[in-house]
Amino acid sequence: MTATEKKSKGVLVDLTRCIGCRGCQIACKSWNERSVKKTVMRGEFTNPPELNSECYTNIRYSEHEKGDQPVWSFVKNQCLHCKSPACVSACPVGALRKTEAGPVVYDFNRCIGCRYCMLACPFDIPKYEWEKAFPWIRKCTFCSERIADGKVPACIKVCPTTTMFYGNLEAVMAEAEKRLKGNPDKYVKHIYGKEEAGGTSWIYLSAEPFDTLGFNMKISNVKYPDLTWAYISKIPSVVGVVIIAGALTWAITRRQNAEKGDKHENKS
Amino acid sequence: MWTPFTRTLVAIIALGGLVLIYRLIFGLGAATNLNDRFPWGLWIGMDVLGGEAMAAGGGIIAGAVYILNWKKYKPIVRPAVLTAFFGYLLAATAIFFDIGIPYRIWHPMAMWQVHSLMWFVSIYVMLYTTTLAAESSPMIFEKLKMRGALRIVEKIMVPVVLFGVLLSVLHQSSLGAVFLITPSRMSPLWYSDQIPMLFLISAIMMGLSMVSFENIISSKAFGHKPHMEILSGLARGCLIAAVVYLALKIYVLATGPGIAAAFAGSMEANMYLLELMAGVLAPIILLSMKSTRENLNRIFAVNITVIVGILLNRMNVSLFGMYRHQSASGLSYFPSWMEFVVTAAFISIAVVGFKVAAKYFRVFPEAEA
Repeated sequence: MTATEKKSKGVLVDLTRCIGCRGCQIACKSWNERSVKKTVMRGEFTNPPELNSECYTNIRYSEHEKGDQPVWSFVKNQCLHCKSPACVSACPVGALRKTEAGPVVYDFNRCIGCRYCMLACPFDIPKYEWEKAFPWIRKCTFCSERIADGKVPACIKVCPTTTMFYGNLEAVMAEAEKRLKGNPDKYVKHIYGKEEAGGTSWIYLSAEPFDTLGFNMKISNVKYPDLTWAYISKIPSVVGVVIIAGALTWAITRRQNAEKGDKHENKS
Repeated sequence: MWTPFTRTLVAIIALGGLVLIYRLIFGLGAATNLNDRFPWGLWIGMDVLGGEAMAAGGGIIAGAVYILNWKKYKPIVRPAVLTAFFGYLLAATAIFFDIGIPYRIWHPMAMWQVHSLMWFVSIYVMLYTTTLAAESSPMIFEKLKMRGALRIVEKIMVPVVLFGVLLSVLHQSSLGAVFLITPSRMSPLWYSDQIPMLFLISAIMMGLSMVSFENIISSKAFGHKPHMEILSGLARGCLIAAVVYLALKIYVLATGPGIAAAFAGSMEANMYLLELMAGVLAPIILLSMKSTRENLNRIFAVNITVIVGILLNRMNVSLFGMYRHQSASGLSYFPSWMEFVVTAAFISIAVVGFKVAAKYFRVFPEAEA
């Protein structure tokens, strides 16, 4: 763990503690001054059904059966603030940035609106203000301003069941390991976000298998920026090879042509 | 000049212009069906990825004539470079209207991000468009009788062309590399670490076919005699590229999801087979026959299948290959009529622009002589 990561904040979301009250959803909206988008009845509790430009966090409800009893699970959904964020590496103008304190933050004044971050993010987090003439990318800010003031993020502040354990990333990971080790029967044996996409600042513990809760299990454990860096790092050699091979080819073929031309002239 | 066909094209262009003004005033959400799960649509897949692949011919033919010194292709350098220049101008225009804040299109030039593939792509578009302008400039200087400028440009043409070939290689492959970061979204039929190479080779096929296609069209339209020898050469080049492309496609399929995945009957598998048949298998089978490579109409038909097949590949990579993952959320995407109108307008501009240039500038210097 690097020195920066030691200072960096993280959150453990212990899904076994969430009661689905949606207080976090309201606190987030109110702190970030977000309005609402009209939704329709779809016969389920998750609302809005997906994050959007006005909604940085929501609770995803899922019902399953255990024995003959119905069981509810509630998943708090927001930006995971990856340690090596795909969105930051994707952005052509540096509008997205991973801060030392942990949050991945956005600067509208740089953004050109190419939306590559939306495609790059393996967790489908960045959303766009499609209806506006000068749209912003919108996503959870990890309340970076509150963190800078020494406060906890708004959603964590209001949570009545201490579902979220907030602190230095190192301490957060240690707490997750401790809970997992101490209660092996309570949790599935996986810390979501420990390895996913090279590790995230928000990590999850759950009693139910993560795939049944709508977590994307196809996410690779590599650092996503490495996937494009593998190509970018080859650019200098491509430049060298094309220039040298091109110049040599030009010199050789020109001479060959000149010789051919001479013969032609001699014949005629 | 003002045939009914041209008039129709101009009408489409005018309508496209109105739609783009509407898009600037009311935003992308009002003009397009793009949404949070489908941030890129028809304009990126077709106008940008497709258009830029179609423009690959400029670099190839200029390279063949100035670097490889294959003088046989000299008569088609100008139309090829001019088409590429148009193609890049149009793609840049499409990008201008597709990005959320168009007036900030210059930001990448000022805000360098060497970790961002998109930054490299934007720099390549700017540099290569400028390079193609330099390569096309002799036509303008001739028309304006600026002999001094003409002499200077002709003197530096070899390094300019080499720089253009380099940019073309980098740009075409990086368009594929953009998708390297989408392993958890894209169907393994298309996702592979070889995607930059696949884009590069298919752009060569596309570029050669486009050059051949437009030569046949313009020879018919302007009554020139087509250079059969050149067209056969282009067809041979396309065949070689197609064989290499097929080998790489099969390698990627076999080492990835397995050959059987292409015959799974799913939407993705069917799109994959369609793309492969039109863009690769049909051209290889047809072009491997000498009778095809020496027959104008047959070459023309093969050109069309290659263009359609590779365009389909770009749509598959940018849209259909990710459709299942993206639509699992309940959101879906089908282009709005305004998106279709704008794409049609871009194609119309390319056709009309080429006609105007061919009429007023010496695009076909050999044909006149």
